[in-house]
Amino acid sequence: MIKEGAKDARLARFLVGGPPLLFLLIFFVAPSLIMILTSFRFPGEFGGLAPVTPEDTAAGEYGLTPEAYQFFFSDILYAEIFLKSFVIASTTTLICLIMAYPLAMLIARSKKRFRNLMVLLVVLPFASNFLIRIYAWMIILGPESGLSHFINAILGVFGIAPVTLLFSPFAVLVGMVYVHLPFMVLPLYTNLEKHDPSLLDAAQDLGANSWQRFWSVTWPLSLPGVFSGSALVFIPVLGMFAVPEILGGTGDILIGNLIKDQFLGTRDWPFGSVLSIMLTLAVLSVAGLATWFSRFAAGQRA
Amino acid sequence: MSRSNIWLWSAAVLTYAFLYIPLAIVVLYSFNDSRLNAEWVGFTLSWYKALFNNTEMLAAARNSLIIAVCASFSATLLGTMAGLAIHRYKLRVLPVLVFTPVAMPEILLGVSLLLFFLQVLNLTLGMVSIIIAHTTFCIGFVAIIVRARLQGMDESIFEAARDLGASPWQTFRLVTLPLIMPAVVAGALMSFTLSIDDFVITFFTKGVGEPILPIQIYTMIKVAVTPEVNAISTLLMLLTLVMIIVAFQLEARASARTMSRNEAGK
Repeated sequence: MIKEGAKDARLARFLVGGPPLLFLLIFFVAPSLIMILTSFRFPGEFGGLAPVTPEDTAAGEYGLTPEAYQFFFSDILYAEIFLKSFVIASTTTLICLIMAYPLAMLIARSKKRFRNLMVLLVVLPFASNFLIRIYAWMIILGPESGLSHFINAILGVFGIAPVTLLFSPFAVLVGMVYVHLPFMVLPLYTNLEKHDPSLLDAAQDLGANSWQRFWSVTWPLSLPGVFSGSALVFIPVLGMFAVPEILGGTGDILIGNLIKDQFLGTRDWPFGSVLSIMLTLAVLSVAGLATWFSRFAAGQRA
Repeated sequence: MSRSNIWLWSAAVLTYAFLYIPLAIVVLYSFNDSRLNAEWVGFTLSWYKALFNNTEMLAAARNSLIIAVCASFSATLLGTMAGLAIHRYKLRVLPVLVFTPVAMPEILLGVSLLLFFLQVLNLTLGMVSIIIAHTTFCIGFVAIIVRARLQGMDESIFEAARDLGASPWQTFRLVTLPLIMPAVVAGALMSFTLSIDDFVITFFTKGVGEPILPIQIYTMIKVAVTPEVNAISTLLMLLTLVMIIVAFQLEARASARTMSRNEAGK
């Protein structure tokens, strides 16, 4: 009877866990392995790939090669683009943190019945189409927009030449912040909501002013939320290509744009795979660092 | 109101304004009687009329709807199973496979699927490849929602069902499924919106034959911006808004029902 139960449980486990496991092995693990393999192949003459085996006599090159990796490390340009993407991602994360923190704090301190509504109001714009949210900034930052006229009028008073807001690094940054802000608010709020208000009362009784109370109580306690929010913003920004493509100028190329070009533009698949693998490694190290820091922050408190 | 509260409130109001003003402008200009998104000229519905006469856009909307229905159906099925399996059994591989696609930059999934479809499956890119790709990243979202619901539940309900002689299937059908239903529905609605909105993964797994909504919007933004984009944007916002309200209502009603049942049990 017991044995049969164990058998039933095994069968149930197989039936419930098996199909999603199989699906993801085929459509997530296998494609990732294929990408690693592709990074070691020769590009085809007209895009795509050269064969691995020499059976096709017309093909000049065949087999496996570390050429695409060598190419990546031989040109400083690619390191620069990676660096630029890291700078944009860090700046976006910092701005999101500064904008999200007061809001998350306010929501956490509001009356319980208002909290869900206030969180919903943060998530709601996020539910509208991603491209539409970028497009909105095309309108706002466009050369004929009210904001552009206003800023250039002020600059004109000081005798400064008019600026174009759209198709600039500034526009890319605004778009990145706008698209990713909710990712920062939610983990911060989840963390801040759990804080015990009596800690702040105790600090006040001990004579700490509101600034001291924030830096010595609230901020250190919120570090796990800060790190997970930062990872949730930093990682997608690192791989983003649509925002620079729509709001940026020709010089505002990030890793994502480079990868996109290898697959849909110049069609150099091996090099595109190398770039994607480098991006994956960057993402993994960022995620690892964030996990380590938030564990460290939590451990220090205990 | 204390001084620090005033600071918090003003910062929060500014952030909310930052979130909503851009979208409000998009909606406003969809009714503007001017080709330029620059200044208000007068009220018109002509951009909506142009939209409904744009056969390619209508075809794109239809294709995107088909993709979203298929992808959210399969993602809900597989994601619910994954959520159940991860909660119930100590698995090591499945959680990694389910949650990684959610956390990765989308471009990586798009590119690796592109390579896989073309090299291994020899598939002509189109609706099918998009449906598969969308299912792959939606599974994780459904699993997260379903698992969260399961985590909040009292395990003794399932033990009681087993003690009363219910088979695993009966326990699932009569106890587990009704209890997780709100999460399953929420997961389905979430997958639907994710699928219909997704641009990046669609961009890499699309074919040349069928127009797809986000791709059409992208082309319009890149090539020729007219307030028709604002009109389609407004309609899409309306659709998502309705879906979110429906999901919220379902969730609220379900939790109210669970609560009243618990009350009755006492």
